[in-house]
Amino acid sequence: MTAPLTAASRGSVPGEPSPGTDRLLEALATVRDPELDEPITALGFVSSCEVSADGDAQVRLRLPTYFCAPNFAFLMVADAYDTVAAMPGVRSTEVVLEDHFASDAINGGVAAHAGFARSFDGEAVGELHELRADFLRKAVMAGTDQVCRPLIAGGRTPAELTGLALGDVPPSPALTRLRQRRAELGLTAGDDAPLLIDPRTGARVSEDDMPLHLRRARTTRISLEANGSICRGMLQHRYDTPGQGERGEEDQ
Amino acid sequence: MYEKNGEKYFVVDSHIHYWNAAPDNWVPGAEQYAKGWIECFHAYQSLGPKETHWPIGHFQKYSEDDLMKDVFEDGYVDVAVFQPTYLKEWYKEGFNTTERNALMGEKHPGKFIYNTRFDPRDGDEGLKTLRQNVERFGSKGIKLYTAEWNSGSRGWKLSDPAAYRYLEAAQEMGIKNIHVHKGPTIWPLDKDAFDVSDVDHAATDFPDLNFIVEHVGLPRIEDFCFMATQEPNVYAGLSVVIGGLMHARPKFFAKVMGELLFWVGEDKMTFGSDYAIWEPKWQIEGFVDWDYPGEEFSDYPRLTTAGKKKILGLNAAKLYGIEVPKECQLPAEAGTPAAQEDAQLVGGA
Repeated sequence: MTAPLTAASRGSVPGEPSPGTDRLLEALATVRDPELDEPITALGFVSSCEVSADGDAQVRLRLPTYFCAPNFAFLMVADAYDTVAAMPGVRSTEVVLEDHFASDAINGGVAAHAGFARSFDGEAVGELHELRADFLRKAVMAGTDQVCRPLIAGGRTPAELTGLALGDVPPSPALTRLRQRRAELGLTAGDDAPLLIDPRTGARVSEDDMPLHLRRARTTRISLEANGSICRGMLQHRYDTPGQGERGEEDQ
Repeated sequence: MYEKNGEKYFVVDSHIHYWNAAPDNWVPGAEQYAKGWIECFHAYQSLGPKETHWPIGHFQKYSEDDLMKDVFEDGYVDVAVFQPTYLKEWYKEGFNTTERNALMGEKHPGKFIYNTRFDPRDGDEGLKTLRQNVERFGSKGIKLYTAEWNSGSRGWKLSDPAAYRYLEAAQEMGIKNIHVHKGPTIWPLDKDAFDVSDVDHAATDFPDLNFIVEHVGLPRIEDFCFMATQEPNVYAGLSVVIGGLMHARPKFFAKVMGELLFWVGEDKMTFGSDYAIWEPKWQIEGFVDWDYPGEEFSDYPRLTTAGKKKILGLNAAKLYGIEVPKECQLPAEAGTPAAQEDAQLVGGA
């Protein structure tokens, strides 16, 4: 979203072979629903994707309801567009959001690299960077619970956690994800960085603040996961075919 | 009233609708929105038990008899609170207006409470209508939908100066309860429409009003919890929580209930079926039988029979001044409210 024109122009190197549909799907798996912090593929939001031998890519996206929030919908379509357009061997990119009240504004705006405020002329005053950052902070909080809960179950006292650095924690997909989200926010993410930080300031969480911090982390995780769960249920009611790369929930 | 194992539960369904979303009520040129709205509601219904699903035609427009049977005869409800949603840009006569609700309810005295609504963008004219509605229908509560479209605007916030003017006027008219329903759009669109910080501001500035946040601020349960725990006049409306999660996602239901009991507490949670999205019968039966499914929830506050009685009816009865039969009341000391200190701050796995 930050530099769509540059992203689009990176794609078409003459003579580069078409990436093929499997690679296209892999690329789309790096695009997340910023509100749920899950890949749009796993959520079932990619109804179809293909790329021709000549490198013309076509992606169709769908959402759980006709009235899903238009700002998050815009981010997903724009991110999908930028990701696909940046793939070597992609000559042209079309990303279409289906069955949404703001489909026309979003599809037209993304294709024209218009940005959010221009796509919703008069209805928005700014771009969506701050919104995205807010939800990355939520993802950091949720990720903190995912990483810390097994540590506490394994016998670490909550007080011990305040002294830990990221490098002290055994590797896991949850830890990798937490580091990535922190890095995206410009927060410390290296081995020496504290495990528990305030995602707004980057400051280490003190021992006094730690119980409330972990409690909030847990609530944030539950909220995100419960929302994802409802979204999946609604999507299944709306469409009777699975999305490309769709995966079920892990916890239910 | 619902009775189980010798316990009597007085039931206030604090969130029901009597809507007409059939094509005969769609505004020409806005059919896609009218259709999209009701289909979205219908998808929510799919999260309830299969045997309670309705075909879309019936769901678009059900009769007065259907409502009386589903809510009162089969559904155990003693008193139901109508929460109107207008959406007049999409539905010719509105989706479910105060008038439509009252016209039906007048035939069944004592069964219904008529909440009304306002839209701060309606200016002086809207204030006049609000006053008329309060006088005519005896409303003690107001339902607000912040994502309503109005003459090119896609929504508003409770902290807007115009909203404060309406809240002041409503309070002066004798309104006690403000039910807040967030939706996907506000102005400006680049902000998070589901953010509840505007409710926080209003709750602080209007300490004599109660703010019941419907569907507990879903999809922002966490923001709602962190806010509600600090504001004595903020309540959790459980519409959608029970209907959308208890059957379809029992584990998440338990977690969300645990979080609400921890941050908000059983004294400030109110049952609402959101009929006709879901029928109250299965929700009430299931909720009375409900307990945490297993050890992993051991660090959340427990929910006792007394707590369930409060959530199903006694809390809302207090908010609306509804008389509760003696046999359904709690003894004065019963039901220690869930409080943060009851729960460990950090639990196990």
